This record gives sequence, structure tokens and C-alpha cells, in this order.
Amino acid sequence: MNIHEYQAKEILSAFGIAVPRGRVALTSDQVERAAKEMGGRCIVKAQIYAGGRGKAGGVKLVHHPEQAQDLAKDLFGRKLVTPQTGAQGLKVRRILVEEAVEIAREFYLSITLDRETSRYCLIASAEGGVEIEEVAQKSPEKIHILTIDPYTGLRPYQARKIALALELKGAICEDCVELILNLYRCCLERDCFLVEINPLVITKAGWLMAMDAKITFDDNAMFRHREYPDMQDYSQLDPLEISAGKFDLSYIKLQGNIGCMVNGAGLAMATLDVLKESGGEPANFLDVGGGATREKVTEAFKIILQDTDVKGVFVNIFGGIMRCDIIAQGIIEAASEVHCALPIVVRMDGSKVEEGKKLLLQSGLNVQIGNNLGDGATRIVQMLKAGRPQ
Amino acid sequence: MSILLNKDSKILVQGITGRSGLFHTQQCRDYGSRIVAGVTPGKGGIHIEGIPVFNTVEEAVHYTQANVSMIFVPPPAAADAILEAADAGMDLAVCITEGIPVRDMVLARRVLEGKKMRLVGPNCPGVITPGECKVGIMPGHIHKKGRIGVVSRSGTLTYEAVKQLTDVGLGQSTCVGIGGDPIIGMKFIDVLKLFNEDPATDGVFMIGEIGGAAEEEAAQWIRDNMKKPVAAFIAGITAPPGKRMGHAGAIITGGKGKAEDKIQVLRECGVTVSTSPTKMGETMQSVMGTGKGRGKKS
Repeated sequence: MNIHEYQAKEILSAFGIAVPRGRVALTSDQVERAAKEMGGRCIVKAQIYAGGRGKAGGVKLVHHPEQAQDLAKDLFGRKLVTPQTGAQGLKVRRILVEEAVEIAREFYLSITLDRETSRYCLIASAEGGVEIEEVAQKSPEKIHILTIDPYTGLRPYQARKIALALELKGAICEDCVELILNLYRCCLERDCFLVEINPLVITKAGWLMAMDAKITFDDNAMFRHREYPDMQDYSQLDPLEISAGKFDLSYIKLQGNIGCMVNGAGLAMATLDVLKESGGEPANFLDVGGGATREKVTEAFKIILQDTDVKGVFVNIFGGIMRCDIIAQGIIEAASEVHCALPIVVRMDGSKVEEGKKLLLQSGLNVQIGNNLGDGATRIVQMLKAGRPQ
Repeated sequence: MSILLNKDSKILVQGITGRSGLFHTQQCRDYGSRIVAGVTPGKGGIHIEGIPVFNTVEEAVHYTQANVSMIFVPPPAAADAILEAADAGMDLAVCITEGIPVRDMVLARRVLEGKKMRLVGPNCPGVITPGECKVGIMPGHIHKKGRIGVVSRSGTLTYEAVKQLTDVGLGQSTCVGIGGDPIIGMKFIDVLKLFNEDPATDGVFMIGEIGGAAEEEAAQWIRDNMKKPVAAFIAGITAPPGKRMGHAGAIITGGKGKAEDKIQVLRECGVTVSTSPTKMGETMQSVMGTGKGRGKKS
């Protein structure tokens, strides 16, 4: 789960990491007032669930409150498209107004999970800022990566090595050590996948400060963090993705017209692959999960049909945990409930498959049975072609 | 022979009294697995479906000599259950539980280093040696005893692959679903090593997906070490680039993780990659038929 920059900064601040003075605003009037509070000259930062905002015009230095207000009017409701948002972009609903800080130096600092080592790792570079990925590719020697042993945690001497590698000296070096240790504490205590400060700066006044921050929480740890759901900004998510989330379904909207319902992420991806191969265009990725119930299947079907682009549905279920007759009942219930007349192809395998097929064929729905993965994909593509007005 | 499991494996189930724990215990027993004990703290002393339940794994091992654990414990306590199995000296734990926090797994995996117990999963379909023993939630009937090893990061896509193998007449020695979580026990290479040494395995089918760099690592290991032909499928070739936050992920993986990259590396390392998810069985068949699959050393 992602959160906004201003929320990430509140968390960092709670862990003793300095951040610029700022205020979050929901209207352009609030932006103007906040800008006055900051002394007129300030940074206006659009809050979206992605980075790369600067280049997309989402982060700007302004000199007067009126200028801040004008910029806010332009930003609110606008979709920012950055390399991290996908082509759709993300709408600006909140703006962070921050004091303008004089910067002497910029660094990159983050802690994230490294699948290769199965541990958290600390990443730091003296080349902070927007081009950090390029730095990593072109001059990997400028990126310092430290794998953290969960037995010992991050030790002060290790943090010091990093601070020294960033060419920090004296008091500011020790400040940085403390900051790094606090960042690790934050990562663990808040169950983060990612905590990233980019840039971490030394101000002209000589303070270490997090100028920008990103935090991604581990959704699996929600049970020990009651505060997570309240921090979510639902305006940053696709409405269908939100309703899918309520039923523990994983849904991603795509551009095509064939709605897909599959159990398991790998099989769901393979299903999209085979649809494309057969000349079809999937409208979504939807994984009902291994342990999906009849209710889940029903909800999944409703979500798929809420997307008006959907002209046909391909259900591909390989029952391990799930029984095919239960899936079939779910499909029939959902389709009848929303009066679905669209062509449906169901490919089912696993336990109770014959019972499931029988239920479907007797249901009166516009349904065909796919005999295997390839056959199912071909059928739905053909059914759509046959139904298309010439 | 086979890897990880055989007809002599003695299985205990942690979380046996839960709904899915009990359901799959029955399914595994029906398949022929020797389920000797269950563990649910606080319910020691009862019998469920004729299986004795104990409060701790240690106690269950003492009375039943179980050597394999199948774990269905809910996420908040699952990492603890894994460590309890390791502490009791089990040979193998197969953790089915989905949704364990990463922080818990980072520590659990660290504790397992240097211990004899192997961990498969979490968030995986389990392990099956067809005709002998099933420890997991996969449908048993799609499998067939034979000489192909299967290793996969996916759940249901593994069933699809296995069914295709069975349909073309290729039985399986052992199928291992290693799980799709960021932190797992056995990785591709750990399983490939076992298949490489297993006299009952003639070739391996490997199923990967986008994200991470585990397939790339495995490909290089195959090039340098594997004595048997390997075929593979990578899911997600048409997946659109997702939304993401921050730069850290891109920095540590160096931008790897796309299906095309994985397929290219696998091919360069001599693995035959099926281009379509409908041709996984056929691909393995052609590899076994020609006796190749690792083009470089012929």
C-alpha cells in the first residue's frame, strides 16, 4: 500500500528525521493561505501515488501566495503522467505547500526489500535527485548497497560506513548515522516494503533534511497496523480496484474488451498472454485467489461487468482448492443478478469439473465451455467476432 | 526415488483443526500420504479424523516420528510455526499460508540458514511426488508418475503445466511449487540442484513469471551445472508496466524482471522456452524427444 509524500514525512518526523515545515491543502484557497504561512516563497507539490512529479510539472517553486494559488488551480483535478504512473496518469487532489529550503548538497537514501538476498537492504548515493536510476545504470560504483542481517539489525558502524561513503564529516556525519538508524527503525516498526528519501539534503544552514519521501507498506502486515486503512487516499486508486480490494480480489484495469476472471496470478498472466496470442484484447487482470469462495467469484464477476468496455468474459479456473461446481454457481448467480447477456466462455479444470460444466450449460446463459486454455481463448475471441456488427 | 517426498514420508499438519487445514489433510490422506499427526496449540489430546492432535511439534515428533510438516497456520502465527518445525528437527516444512508479513519471513529465513530443515513456500501449492505422497493443495488427479521434475513460482499455472505434461504422456517425478512471495524458502536453484542429482528425474520443466531476477539466476546456474534438459515458461509477456513508487526496486534489480529479459537469458543459457502457455507440454516433449534442451553442450 502506498501513501502520500506528506504522510511519509509525518512518519519520518515521528522517527526523529527532520523534514521541511509544510501544510497539506485540498483547495487552492488553502494553498494560498499555506503559502502565506510559509512566508510567500515556497514549494508547491502535487501529491500523487508516484514519483517523477517534478518533470511532469507537479513540483514548483513559487514566490508569492497568489502565484501558489494560480498554480494550485491549474494542478487540482489535473492528471499527472510520470514514468511511474503508467499511461493513465494520476489525478491531483491534495497539494503539499512547503517552506523553500536552501540546499547545499543532495543525496539518495532508501531501505527496501531485496528478493535476491531475502533481506532488507540500505541504498545510498551522493548523487541524489531525479536521475538516480540513470546513475545506478551508468555508474554503479556511485551507489552504495548494504545488506542488513536481521539478527543484528543495522549497526551504527555500518551506518557510519555509509555516511562516510557519502563523504560526510564531523557532526553532520554522526547526524547522518542517527538518521540512517532511525530510518531502519521506521522500516521495521511500520512494516514497510520501501522507505525512500530522495533527495536527502544538507541545507545551507547545515541541517540534514528529508526533502522528499516515499513509503510503501506491506499489506500483509495490516493486521498489526490499524492506522493503515485510514491513511489510504482512495482517489488515487481505480474505483474498480477499490471494490475488488474489499473482497480481497486483485484487479487491474487494462485496455481491451474481454473481461477475465482467473484463479492465481501466474495463471491469470498466462491467460492474458494466450488471449493476446489468439487475437483478443483483455479488459482486465483479475485474480480471485486460490481460496476464493462462491461470494468472491460472484463479486469478481460483478466487478468485471461494471467495466462498460467489456463485451465478453473469459473465465479460466484451475481448481486446486476451489471446486468447479462452486465456481459455476457463482458465475450463474452473478450473471443472473446483473442480467448479463454477454458471451461467456468458461474453462474449468480440477475437482467436480463435470458437475460445474453441467450447471453452466443448463443455466440459460450465453455460455460456451472451453476444453482447455487454448480452446477457451479461441472461443471467446470468435464469439466476440461473430457478435460484432459489420 | 524422487526429491523431498516419497511414500515413506511421515507428515504432520500444523493448523490441522482449521477449515482448510482439515480439508486438505483429508485430501492428502486420500491421495495416499501418510498423515501421522496434527498440531494445534491448546487442542492437544483430541483426535480429528482419527489423527492425533498435539500441542507442540516437538511432542508430535516424539510420539509419531513425523519428518515433514504441512503448515496451514494463519498469517500472524505462520512464521512462528515454521520456526517451531525447524526447531523440532523436521526435514521439510511446506508452508501453504498466504499473507505472511515480509518482516516475519525475513527473520524466519535467516534463522533457517544452517539448519537442516528445508522450507517450501510460503504461499505455495506444495510438493507432490505422484503416486506416492502429496503435501499441499494441488489437485492430485492431474498428476502422473513419471520422470519429469517440475519447479514453479506459480500456483494454478503449475497445475496447467502439469496437466499438459500428463496429457502428452510425460509423467512427473516430483512437482515443487516454491511460492510467489518475495521471501521464500527453497528457490529455483535449490530445487534444480536436487533434480540434477535425482536418478528418477530425466528432465525439468520450470515455470517463472515477471518480477524479480530469480529466473535469470536459475538460468545461469543451469548453464554452468545442469546435466539434464530443461524447458521453461515465463508468464506475463503481455503484462503492461505497472505503477510503482520510488527508485529502490529499479536500482537493486538493474531494471531486470521483464518477461522478455528472462526468456532471453534462459535461451542464452540453453533452456528451451515455450512461447505460449498452451504449448508447455509440447515444448517439454520436444526437448525430451530430441534429447537436447541445453543446446550448448551437445
